[in-house]
Amino acid sequence: MDQTTTLNKEYIPTLSDKEDSGNLLIRRRKLKDRLFKIAAMFFSFITIAMVFLIIGSLLAKGFKQINWAFFTQVAPDTFSAMMAKSSGQVIPGGIVNGILGSIYLVALASAMAVPFGILIGVYIYENSKKRYAAIIRDIADILQGVPSIVIGIIAYIWIVVPLTKGYSVFAGSVALAIMMLPLIVRSTEESLKMVPETLKEAAIALGTPYYKVILRVLIPSSFSGLMGGILLAISRVLGETAPLMLTTLGNPQVNWHLEKPVSAVPLLIWQFYNDPNMVDLIWSSAIFLMGFVLILNLASRWICAKKKI
Amino acid sequence: MTEMNDKKDDSILSIEHLSIRYSDDKLAVKDVSAKVKKKTITAIMGPSGCGKTTLLRAINRMHELYPDIHTEGKIMLGEENIYEMSTINLRRRIGMVFQRPNPFPTMSIYDNVIAGYKLNGIHLKRSERDEIVERSLKDVALWDEVKDSLHSRGNFLSGGQQQRLCVARTLAFKPKIILLDEPTSALDPISTAKIEDLLVELKQEYTIILVTHNMSQAARISDNAMFMYLGELVEYDSTKDMFTNPRDPRTEAYLTGKFG
Repeated sequence: MDQTTTLNKEYIPTLSDKEDSGNLLIRRRKLKDRLFKIAAMFFSFITIAMVFLIIGSLLAKGFKQINWAFFTQVAPDTFSAMMAKSSGQVIPGGIVNGILGSIYLVALASAMAVPFGILIGVYIYENSKKRYAAIIRDIADILQGVPSIVIGIIAYIWIVVPLTKGYSVFAGSVALAIMMLPLIVRSTEESLKMVPETLKEAAIALGTPYYKVILRVLIPSSFSGLMGGILLAISRVLGETAPLMLTTLGNPQVNWHLEKPVSAVPLLIWQFYNDPNMVDLIWSSAIFLMGFVLILNLASRWICAKKKI
Repeated sequence: MTEMNDKKDDSILSIEHLSIRYSDDKLAVKDVSAKVKKKTITAIMGPSGCGKTTLLRAINRMHELYPDIHTEGKIMLGEENIYEMSTINLRRRIGMVFQRPNPFPTMSIYDNVIAGYKLNGIHLKRSERDEIVERSLKDVALWDEVKDSLHSRGNFLSGGQQQRLCVARTLAFKPKIILLDEPTSALDPISTAKIEDLLVELKQEYTIILVTHNMSQAARISDNAMFMYLGELVEYDSTKDMFTNPRDPRTEAYLTGKFG
């Protein structure tokens, strides 16, 4: 105790809280600490509040339009919408052409992008030291940065003009597949990298030929990572509008033919926005999109939990 | 060392002038020749970096997984040179257990034991599969502990039990030789003791070669021992003779702890 009274306390930060709460340095530090905590909490609160505000205002404005017809009927024409609006009623019809169209587009795009993406991901994982793999990786990154409308133009030139001679669901799904591909490739590679080397060794030491090691050990062990990557890609393209405008402009009816156009929920939102009579349908369509992505997320988490990985 | 190799030939594996080099001309294994005797436990000892793991892995050609590796010499398993055999056949006759237990996490205990067959697409009848699983698990003294939860994932198994599961997985093929790469260095003393007892049991039917950095383990369970230093096989003798009467000064220095 005698020692400390002779030295200048201000410059000695000590560990004991009780006797040194008067110490200036400690107080300054504590203040900074508290300020930082408050700032962090404040900004996170704003972020969370923002999410709730978005969901809240969508729900408030759109819940009126969510009824059975919403999911089963096609979009109304502008006349009946105008009639309903002027008499204060709910707009008749729904967005089933958009819902089924979106599902069709994304399913077809996934059928193309997932196998390719996983194969390419496995290839660059296996040959990660070779230059060719580095080139593929860089190209995937570049592809990811291409604006979606440009991809729409490419699909227009490749599919709409020569192949289907008109707007079609096939062209739309090709555009979406090109957008999904880089995401799936990268996440496949990252997930495979996370599988411990020891598992590969164990399988090889059992005399397993290498392609079987990939199929039966590596891919099952990285399943949740692969699912996550596919889901991310799907969530991204579900809301894409620009490429669809150039490839599958829209369709007032539900359509299952590959070479004919199809509608999609984001396209419908754009149409509703442009028509003053149908503006009210925007909110419900947006709720649908968000809800759909949420359900996909939960479903994939449930699948991974079931596989216990 | 020459005495070991000249005794009447009850050897199962003959390593002949094996040299392994990485691309930058660093010799990991320098001209090793040795004959491993049937149904014995042979320990490969030496300080870190002496090439013992590389040598062990060369026996089932797992060292070929390292990039840029060059091998000279041969290893004869019976009449065949393992470097001329298909690796798939080779690894069914020579199994390996690793340092860290590595059961497949996506498979049940039952599937783990017959993983060798499953992964190779070998189709077995249900009764054959059951019999192999039961026999292998009994051989590693794990049967009683897991027989009621064969089809569950096995996350509840302790490190020692997982390692025994890995041994069972290797035994499912009824290999001639089992290679173990420091199998107990990741385990607690009690599990270590159980694995050591297991190995002594197993040598009645299988030939065992294990790498260990633990001299006392080699002294406890091995019949013959190889001492390696900087890639060379310095001495290869029966364990008792090597420990009591080492012939090379390097061996003696290692055994008395002058370097580790």
